[in-house]
Amino acid sequence: MENTSPAAAAPTRSLAMPLRATPKDDAEPVPTLIDVRNLDFYYGAKQALFDINIEIPDRRVTAFIGPSGCGKSTLLRCLNRMNDLIDGTAVKRGAIKIRDIDIYGPSVDPIELRKRVGMVFQKSNPFPKSIYENIIYGLRIQGVKSKTKLDEVVEKSLRGAALWDEVKDRLHESGLGLSGGQQQRLCIARTIAVEPEVILMDEPCSALDPIATAKVEELIHELKKQFTIIIVTHSMQQAARCSDRTAFFYMGKLIEFDATHNIFMNPKNPQTEAYVSGRFG
Amino acid sequence: MTALPHSFAPRRGFQRRCESTIAWVFRAATYAILLSGVFVIGNICLKGLPAVTNSFRSLEQFPYVTNTFLFEAPESLYVFEQDGVKREMGDKEYRSYREAETARATAEGRPVPEFKAASYVYAAGGIWPCIVGTVLLVLGAMTIALLLGVSSAIFLSEYARDSVFVRFIRLAILNLAGVPSIVFGLFGFAMFVLFFDWNVSLMAGWFTLAFMVLPVVITASEEALKAVPKGFREGSLALGATKWQTIRKNVLPYALPGILTSSILGIARVAGETAPIMFTAAYVVRDKLPWEVSKFGDFFFQGVMALPYHIYVVSSKIPQNEYTQGVQYGTAFVFLGLVALIAGSSILLRNKLRGRYQW
Ligand SMILES: Nc1ncnc2c1ncn2[C@@H]1O[C@H](COP(=O)(O)OP(=O)(O)OP(=O)(O)O)[C@@H](O)[C@H]1O
Ligand SMILES: [Mg+2]
Repeated sequence: MENTSPAAAAPTRSLAMPLRATPKDDAEPVPTLIDVRNLDFYYGAKQALFDINIEIPDRRVTAFIGPSGCGKSTLLRCLNRMNDLIDGTAVKRGAIKIRDIDIYGPSVDPIELRKRVGMVFQKSNPFPKSIYENIIYGLRIQGVKSKTKLDEVVEKSLRGAALWDEVKDRLHESGLGLSGGQQQRLCIARTIAVEPEVILMDEPCSALDPIATAKVEELIHELKKQFTIIIVTHSMQQAARCSDRTAFFYMGKLIEFDATHNIFMNPKNPQTEAYVSGRFG
Repeated sequence: MTALPHSFAPRRGFQRRCESTIAWVFRAATYAILLSGVFVIGNICLKGLPAVTNSFRSLEQFPYVTNTFLFEAPESLYVFEQDGVKREMGDKEYRSYREAETARATAEGRPVPEFKAASYVYAAGGIWPCIVGTVLLVLGAMTIALLLGVSSAIFLSEYARDSVFVRFIRLAILNLAGVPSIVFGLFGFAMFVLFFDWNVSLMAGWFTLAFMVLPVVITASEEALKAVPKGFREGSLALGATKWQTIRKNVLPYALPGILTSSILGIARVAGETAPIMFTAAYVVRDKLPWEVSKFGDFFFQGVMALPYHIYVVSSKIPQNEYTQGVQYGTAFVFLGLVALIAGSSILLRNKLRGRYQW
């Protein structure tokens, strides 16, 4: 077998952070935050997820990889019940527990859930409001009025999203006037402003150039100190660079879930191996 | 075949000639439409403008100038000859003139002169009550149509799940748009005037007009709501907003310019309809202005005069003569102006709102 490890052959390696697919996280056991058990998910009559079992560690970055249509976004959107908004969707079997609470249980309010489980979308979607208003949107709807508190949150979130220095003089200009990468970081800032526990990112860099991507990846590295991050990506390099765990999906099934290092360096499943080495998908 | 000078040289032939002919056919059709539009509007302006411009009168006190055509009620015109001079007077003027003449004659001990004048209804005075009535009808109908229409558009596009029932509603709304205005008029008459017992009144007119414009408002609002990117909704919901918070803060504001423009234009159009108001809200003549009511509640249950109905009355319900023409064209001219004003302000409003929310 020739050099099939994409991590070793990563072409964009020099652009972003050094490759970090080291097994350091395996040293200490990490508590589980999200526990998905035997999940079967349906779009109407069409089953999209088959018997998913995955334990997502607290304050780590977990990457979901897999070919298009394999159900990465679907699982991600199950985690904050965004799928509820689509007609005919249903979790037919299994459960998702966050801190031992079944989020599909009858006592769970999806609104409250989404305050704790934030989401950053593939297509950056800043609202056509000022940068300031974008950040405080989540707090506004929670009824926070105090100007000092809001100002504080705006600065903190923008700093948290590594955007403060770039926009501090134009907080009251439209968020749409920012560059694509800045817009995506604005969306991240908006998400962390409501202080969630989990941030779900669905291909957050797919529309960004390598430099903006590197910035977001750096940011993810910072954010994992505070937040549990799940990132869907099509870039193997990205998964290798910024995640601690990687889950490989294929045709609605979870094929392999392990430390990122293991997935890329010595995958157990031949399908995983084929995928990460770029032989299919 | 004649040899071509080079390979890119034009090749003449039947198809080429067709090309330019077809372009010209389309162009001619457009110009014909333009021409007839210019002719109709120009005609109304030319003949209607004098009614307005010839009616400026100076006043003793502020604002020192008035326009009898715009700001007075319609009157009968009296035409008579006196001392070999032909004179035309409105009703009020003619009455005071008669009194003055009679008084002078008795003071001088002369026999009271005989007054012989030809009278022409509605040919003097102005159309102020009609302007007021139309503006009131438009405002009220617009409010009702927007409240009802936008609510139902929000329901259909944001809340309702796709079902047979919802599809049926949409179909019904589409069909409603094709119902002739006279049918709406009769419906309003049966429903609001008779069944609800509102009589011929502003309320009945408002609701009839509102129902007539509802299809436009709902369709336009739904389209405007659909045009708001899905990402704004998802982004808002993902931050823990409820559905209504999302709609109110992050969908409706962006859809508003579109909703308002189409709706206002729709209203301006139906406000020009005679049929829906002629059984429900319009009086041929009414002496009192709408705000001259004894108690507030009466305001909603009074009939009003309205521009389109007035045009209808003065052009088909009264004997025609050289004096009525001025009123007909004058009223049409003012009406066009009013509609242009509404349309213009709605476009201004849209541009202002658009500038604020652009994505
Ligand atoms: N709204 C929907 N209605 C019906 N089926 C859907 C819907 N969204 C996704 N699916 C189906 O579910 C399966 C998984 O889709 P999903 O979007 O999760 O894939 P993905 O892994 O995120 O793909 P990609 O990498 O292209 O984003 C696909 O077969 C897709 O066709
Ligand atoms: Mg996806």
